[in-house]
Amino acid sequence: MEVAQQEILAQAAPIETKNVSGSVALLEALIAEGVDTIFGYPGGAIMPIYDALYDYNDKLNHVLVRHEQGGTHAGQGYARTSGKVGVVFATSGPGATNLVTGLADAQIDSTPLVCITGQVFAHLLGTDAFQETDVINITTPVTKWNYQVTDANEIPEVIAKAFYIAKSGRPGPVLIDITKNAQIQLFDYKGYTKCEHIRSYRPKPIVRTQYIEQAAALINQAKKPFILFGQGILLGSAEQEFKAFVEKSGIPAAWTILGVGAIPTDHPLNVGMLGMHGNYGPNVLTNECDVLIAIGMRFDDRVTGRLDKYAKQAKVIHLDIDPAEIDKNVKTTVPVWGDCKETLPMLTALIEEKQHTEWVNLFNDYTRKEVEAVIEKELNPTSGEMTMGEVIKQLNELTKGEAVIVTDVGQHQMVACRYAQFNNTRSNVTSGGLGTMGFALPAAIGAKYGAQDRTVVAIIGDGGFQMTCQELGTIMQSGVDVKIIILNNRFLGMVRQWQELFNDRRYSFVDIQSPDFVALAAAYRIPGKVISDREDLQGALKLMLDTKGSFLLEVMVTKENNVFPMVPQGCSVSEIRLK
Amino acid sequence: MSNQDINDRQEYNITIYTENQVGLLNRIAIIFTRRKINIDSLNTSPSEIESIHRFNIVITESEEVVRKLTRQIEKQVEVLKVYYHTNEDVVWQELALYKVSTDVIAEKVSVERLLRENGARAVVIRKDYTIFETTGHREETDNLISILQPYGLIEFVRSARIAIIKDSEGFNAKLREFERLEPGEEVVENEYLNRGSKVFTM
Repeated sequence: MEVAQQEILAQAAPIETKNVSGSVALLEALIAEGVDTIFGYPGGAIMPIYDALYDYNDKLNHVLVRHEQGGTHAGQGYARTSGKVGVVFATSGPGATNLVTGLADAQIDSTPLVCITGQVFAHLLGTDAFQETDVINITTPVTKWNYQVTDANEIPEVIAKAFYIAKSGRPGPVLIDITKNAQIQLFDYKGYTKCEHIRSYRPKPIVRTQYIEQAAALINQAKKPFILFGQGILLGSAEQEFKAFVEKSGIPAAWTILGVGAIPTDHPLNVGMLGMHGNYGPNVLTNECDVLIAIGMRFDDRVTGRLDKYAKQAKVIHLDIDPAEIDKNVKTTVPVWGDCKETLPMLTALIEEKQHTEWVNLFNDYTRKEVEAVIEKELNPTSGEMTMGEVIKQLNELTKGEAVIVTDVGQHQMVACRYAQFNNTRSNVTSGGLGTMGFALPAAIGAKYGAQDRTVVAIIGDGGFQMTCQELGTIMQSGVDVKIIILNNRFLGMVRQWQELFNDRRYSFVDIQSPDFVALAAAYRIPGKVISDREDLQGALKLMLDTKGSFLLEVMVTKENNVFPMVPQGCSVSEIRLK
Repeated sequence: MSNQDINDRQEYNITIYTENQVGLLNRIAIIFTRRKINIDSLNTSPSEIESIHRFNIVITESEEVVRKLTRQIEKQVEVLKVYYHTNEDVVWQELALYKVSTDVIAEKVSVERLLRENGARAVVIRKDYTIFETTGHREETDNLISILQPYGLIEFVRSARIAIIKDSEGFNAKLREFERLEPGEEVVENEYLNRGSKVFTM
């Protein structure tokens, strides 16, 4: 039936003026946009594109994932480490609906993706055709932009728009749904022109110097200024500009989970992590600073805790590229719209060179308290079962902070982000806003494709690993080199921690059983090892890092460890608990 | 929501200039539904500028909520510009049509008086029914319903609200307020609009 339909469509077209199929135009567009890797999964409605891809094998590397969700996370991992747009292919219906989690994750974490979905023939739209789903409407809330192509003539222009929208301004996911007839249709292809302007779309707000001046005046008067930095610096490739700003101003700076690595973890003015499981000083002193300078971050509730008790004493300067973020959660004194790559140097030029020694020392005092109460026993335990923290510490020593660390969601994520050393930008890949369990394994695959010369280590919990462990098949088949550490505490640990602290230890469905992970890896021809003794840790990590190709290391860690410090839900950041 | 917010709630007229694109209505509507905000009235129609559509949306909310909503709407790729105004800032109208039995009307009321007193006009007069039309605020169109109800109002329909922002001076003043929060200057946008074929559009 479908084949007959294709023939009719092909015959109906006057061949002499139409020489390129929609599918070929799509692939040409991808090449013109500099795409080298596609994460995808074929199916009925995207078959013409896959047929064309058969001839593009030398130019486009297609990685066959095991589930479309894995495709989106791989695309995200690729985008995060490379700074380029991740590209994902999926078929119609279930293929497209499986993208939704990854799209939502990319939307909330501002990750540039272009997803191409196949769709049933245009004349079948709305007929409940086989594998037809209304993917445009399903994905509207979780995409920056989406569009359905029903005519091949639209393809070059639409793909150009898709890439422009995905990567410009505040990046985000774009989905293009292409009906099968448009994929097959031959048309008069006039080449590909990149999109550089859309009249209804302003990716970058105009920088207003008066706000830069006001911000500089506030900073120059400040006695206890404090910088909060987020992923905006990475997305704007403004790491150097940021470092110059921090070093000239002498202001202590703390990071959100997606901002880590914008300046090295061990920079003297990097005072640590913000938020619910962030460091002690940055949380407490948020409520003592006089000027809060937020750069490329969005005051997520996991960062702010209780809003009506958040930094009420401070004047707030907010640098962001997205006008909708200004005043969304925290009232701003001076809004500095714009790309921080432009605004930061303008601000740096106007500020006085200073050192806030006493104020920075206050952070160090809090660090000492935190080390004593929390960090020392997490990183250097001498007895009992292993902790997650000591695994990260040993890993730091072996990788020297040069590795890309990909984490899943939960306790291990908080521990890894708190303690991992990052010397470089674009080194931490995690699901921040959406908190998607199952993110890490496929994201690590993509992260490796995006940074082929770097070591990629995925740190995953025993729960999250089981959500997307079929991607071991992708690793097996592609031969991608990903080091996997499973921190196994035999619990869905973060929920268990909350149940312990707030639900009177009523452990409701957090006791999770796991398969033999090493045997599972072996089934996919991936070598592995399981350890439970402290003395084996360093050797096992070395073995993992020295092994050519992928390796799975399962580390049995303490069952009922809690992540501290912690700002309990509904509490102010200054009410952070050390135990 | 605090008591303050509830007290601040009033009708706001949101004016949105957009590209004419399939799916955009949904993209705009879900910004309201995601926050469980009811749309009181929605009108969309081509504007005076070719290929640009104008939405008029009425909601009852506090200004802070409305301001955040407008920024989320403006963030959509195919939205050119969003403004919000209170009822005092706009001149607004709704159109209403009333179908009544011609026999009853002819027998029981003076049609002429009815039309004159309510600013209505007869659109269609047939043997079996007559259709009246009025424009006005909600109370005014409601008023004619109650007048006609005793005479057997057969059918009634009312349009969404359309609103014109009172004067361009006020409009620019408003824009300056927006400028503090949103840097797109009106002039810049007009440049975009006038560039026609040079700009990328679909």
